[in-house]
Amino acid sequence: MSREVVLHRVRSALAGSKAEDLPATSAYRRTGILTAEQKLHMLEDRLGEYGARVFRASEQDLRERIALALIEGKKLRMVHPSGLPEAWLDGRISWTADSNGGGEELSLARIESFDGVLTAATVAVAESGSIVLQHGAAEGRRALTLLPDYHLCVLFEHQLVETLAECFERLKGSATRPTTFISGPSATADIEMTRIKGVHGPRFLDVILVAP
Amino acid sequence: MSLITIDPRKAAPFPEAAAEILRDTQLRKNVAHATDVIQYKRAAVVAEKDDWQALRDAGATIRKEALQHLDSYLEQFEQQFTRAGGHVHWAADAEEAQRIVLGLLREVQATEIIKIKSMTTAEIDLNRNLAENGIRAYETDLAELILQLGAELPSHLIAPALHKNRQQVRELFAREMHLPNLTDDPPALAEAARLYLREKFLKVKSGVCGANFLVADTGSVCIVESEGNGRMCLTLPDTLIAIAGIEKVIPRFSNLEVLLQTLPRSATGERMNPYSSLWTGVTPGDGPRNLHVVLLDNGRSEILADTTSRQTLQCIRCGACQNACPVYRQTGGHAYGAVYGGPIGAILTPQLFHMEHAQSLPYASSLCGACYEVCPVKINIPEVLVYLRSKVVDQNRGKLASVFNQERVAMKMMARILLSRERFETAQRIARVLEKPLVGKDGWIHWLPGLAGRWTAARDLEALPTQTFREWWKERGNA
Ligand code: SF4
Repeated sequence: MSREVVLHRVRSALAGSKAEDLPATSAYRRTGILTAEQKLHMLEDRLGEYGARVFRASEQDLRERIALALIEGKKLRMVHPSGLPEAWLDGRISWTADSNGGGEELSLARIESFDGVLTAATVAVAESGSIVLQHGAAEGRRALTLLPDYHLCVLFEHQLVETLAECFERLKGSATRPTTFISGPSATADIEMTRIKGVHGPRFLDVILVAP
Repeated sequence: MSLITIDPRKAAPFPEAAAEILRDTQLRKNVAHATDVIQYKRAAVVAEKDDWQALRDAGATIRKEALQHLDSYLEQFEQQFTRAGGHVHWAADAEEAQRIVLGLLREVQATEIIKIKSMTTAEIDLNRNLAENGIRAYETDLAELILQLGAELPSHLIAPALHKNRQQVRELFAREMHLPNLTDDPPALAEAARLYLREKFLKVKSGVCGANFLVADTGSVCIVESEGNGRMCLTLPDTLIAIAGIEKVIPRFSNLEVLLQTLPRSATGERMNPYSSLWTGVTPGDGPRNLHVVLLDNGRSEILADTTSRQTLQCIRCGACQNACPVYRQTGGHAYGAVYGGPIGAILTPQLFHMEHAQSLPYASSLCGACYEVCPVKINIPEVLVYLRSKVVDQNRGKLASVFNQERVAMKMMARILLSRERFETAQRIARVLEKPLVGKDGWIHWLPGLAGRWTAARDLEALPTQTFREWWKERGNA
């Protein structure tokens, strides 16, 4: 069995030497220093640089803000994960819920046919300009945020951290869930090392930041 | 016949391959342009991190720790990934890995697969092996697609088609995708690739990928990418096979808070790449149900055994050393005659081939140290290069007339001369006499015989001064 062969080779390779004492890994900056408002600004900035648009909303006008963004962008046929709050879904838009594993699922071709997808998020990181999905009931299975060309993501202020270390601290309890870090719309740097927006993933990403 | 191949068993020595490539001025322009752009971007996002050196230290510690206890971390990964419904396979060499992948694909009657860019699958020449067995692989990364359509070889770790400019890509796409009206505007080229591959993503039921990291404590696989082709391949098929070198494991989930800062900044000069995905076994109702990881040794355990060159395995394949290297920036990746080019290739390739092939690569460096300075996990590449040179010399001891042998004799003589003042001064006097017929009117030597001729093949050598400093000092009565 090659399992035993490889493990044996590795063990004999290591047997000849003592493990070196390694310096601690903690000297980098782990904890953020920004105020809540500064963090929001930073996230806006970074996502903006990647080519995503960021809107602000309060909890009260969230539904209206979602509807406005969609109507402006002519995204009138939307799909969403089944666990999304009903209160977000304005009647001027046509909404279809994905079944989230239970019951009958939408086919991939069907998911692709919508104008866009609306989801929530798990965490966001200001410093790197990332939103993180762990694909729970309000975020949907991974295909849902991948095939439509437009992704509108709702993010609450309390979900926003400053550093990646703070983000991993929050993800700790759910580390084995499928996890996707999204930092701007799909892009490539493969032609002359220049970042070009839009290849296979959603080419358009909007984020609504909900803060009081 | 072209000297360019990426099979180190057949490749020409670096100086010969490089000489051929240096004649391609368009390629040199493309490589210089791309590496300039990326170095500039990298410098900007590194400069804004005042804890960059601490992050490099942390990255080095994480990777060293993983290697020091590689056996336990591999077993831990296997246990966790298996518990979550995935399957782990072990491959001692390239051939075994090919066999495992082929077997898994046959089980599900696959005739085609979609692929995420993976250096490891290139290392084991997977696509060709599958093709010979009736399975067609579609590369979905834009650069890999360019290479596949053009039947070209990869030349960089991160952007394997960086030797091609937009006009060349346009010509290729126009011809291969039958799009005569395509422009060379990069967004138009990206759009062409999007349309070309969309149907494959929706139809093909098996995917193959590499891995950026395997997380031991959670049993997760991590893929770092830009385009979303990765997400397509790791989400939509029913079967997904990841092939990863055994060194790809990291101890803890939280280690990613370091590596996901240093990798994108070093690789593409971005604070974060557009997409990073993690999966841990099977998730009902979301993504592939048939999940496999193939752990590949293929020479790595041998590198692990050598405490000087073990650091080679710390590499996270960011490509920063390639962009920074004055040699790579002239030749691009093809001159290295292997999948892995540039400084990391110069140390990794010969070791993967037990120092029997690619012997010229440790010499393809001026030892300037730029690679070490940018490496996000602090691999001391110059140190390993020098160490491997001595190994090459050892390996060739006894083979008469080898250049390495001449060099060894020369080094021995030099050592004897430098150890004694008298011998050193006599040698200087003798050299002045001997060089006379070689010195040109301009005071420079343009040609030297034998092994030393390698120096004058590319540069001139200034003649010795008529008086040394010591002689001048003595003459002034100071001795
Ligand atoms: S050796 Fe260091 S700089 Fe070069 S690719 Fe590997 S990690 Fe990056």
